[in-house]
Amino acid sequence: MKGAGITVGVLAVQGAFTEHERMLKRLGAEVFEIRQKQDLQRPFDGLILPGGESTVMGKLMSGLELQEPLKEKIISGLPVFGTCAGMILLAEKISNDEAVYFGTLPVTVRRNAYGRQLGSFHTECRMAHVGRVPMSFIRAPYIEDAGPGTEILARVEGHIVGVRYQNQLAVSFHPEVTDDTGVHAYFLDMIRKSLNNT
Amino acid sequence: MDQERYKLNKQLAQMLKGGVIMDVTTPEQARIAQEAGACAVMALERIPADIRAAGGVSRMSDPGMIRGIQEAVTIPVMAKCRIGHFAEAQILEAIEIDYIDESEVLSPADDVYHIDKTRFKVPFVCGAKDLGEALRRISEGASMIRTKGEPGTGDIVQAVRHMRKMNQEIARLVSMRGDELFQAAKELQVPYELVQYVHENGSLPVVNFAAGGVATPADAALMMQLGAEGVFVGSGIFKSGDPARRAEAIVKAVTNYQDPHMLARLSENLGEAMVGINEQEIQVLMAERGK
Repeated sequence: MKGAGITVGVLAVQGAFTEHERMLKRLGAEVFEIRQKQDLQRPFDGLILPGGESTVMGKLMSGLELQEPLKEKIISGLPVFGTCAGMILLAEKISNDEAVYFGTLPVTVRRNAYGRQLGSFHTECRMAHVGRVPMSFIRAPYIEDAGPGTEILARVEGHIVGVRYQNQLAVSFHPEVTDDTGVHAYFLDMIRKSLNNT
Repeated sequence: MDQERYKLNKQLAQMLKGGVIMDVTTPEQARIAQEAGACAVMALERIPADIRAAGGVSRMSDPGMIRGIQEAVTIPVMAKCRIGHFAEAQILEAIEIDYIDESEVLSPADDVYHIDKTRFKVPFVCGAKDLGEALRRISEGASMIRTKGEPGTGDIVQAVRHMRKMNQEIARLVSMRGDELFQAAKELQVPYELVQYVHENGSLPVVNFAAGGVATPADAALMMQLGAEGVFVGSGIFKSGDPARRAEAIVKAVTNYQDPHMLARLSENLGEAMVGINEQEIQVLMAERGK
């Protein structure tokens, strides 16, 4: 199994974190939830930032003293995967908001880029290294601008919706709410390679 | 509503899980709620405690007031329409509300029929006291369920009762033989397919929040431990002494509902809680509206 021997911490302060846990378990990975500082004492090989409300997660991460230690781990190379709100947490800049959370991913994202819930949609599209992926966009952001060294993995209607920059993977949509484990399998490959390199 | 739209609407509720949805009556309150960590706000003219105190007929809020709140925050904005009042729901859809609460807090517009929510693109959340009500609302197109509790009282007893009842009935369906499900569907007055789903999955097919009477971080933690996937707080925040602080404490309590040490710290110095009314002291049981 793809995930055998790999432990992933899932940020579980708010949002659709159990969906990610289910995906990772299906792929054979060990999973645990990060809800407070003590949880970071456990060693882990990868980090997931789930979908949810980025303002809530940002607020809770700083209030629960999770933001700085997690940011240090990301900077020092821990593989991280952010979906929707998770992508906003990683972004260096949010074009329609002054907030910056981790700010480790050199992209500019637009929050609620497709408008309110009536603008939410589902589609299927190709993603580099993964293949065709069912994509649910829920009040989703997209990437307006990606900095040098960022690999663009997917575009929908001309907008960038998936990127990789070194150890950071981010998508606008929610692979965790579908049955398709492709994107999670790709993330586990990223983790596996980073473990083999160290 | 096509199946794809319904899925997207259920998925938005999934994104709200582990969060607190707060009642707000002004853009200023909406900003305070967002700043405190609300995962969505419910825009309404009067919070349930005031509706209860004022009496009379209560209706959908002024769309202009709701728009003001939509402009003030980036998180989803919900609003209430009366049970059965599909014209109010059409208006809320027209202003692109993120979620409609077909709510017993307002005076019912129809004492027989709920809104046919399958005819809308916009998602609906509905209250329920037991599994039958929950599944009936889902068959009408609701993509999220919450306990009814007893709004505007600050008394948690009914929300607890409704959540326990639902859990017991779910456990009962899970334990049944397959051939007993037909009779169960008949008793619950719900479609067989939904009964079968609960039997196989041990849960509702949509997200289930607690609502009605949550006033403290401990109340929120209690409901989460009883199986709620998130919490609505109505009057509990802006009827209390220090709304911003209480709101923030409830948000953190929902995330760390299993850690009594943290809950103890969160419960310190919150100022005065909303006054609250006991079940025996109230005239109108809102939870009895719309079954």
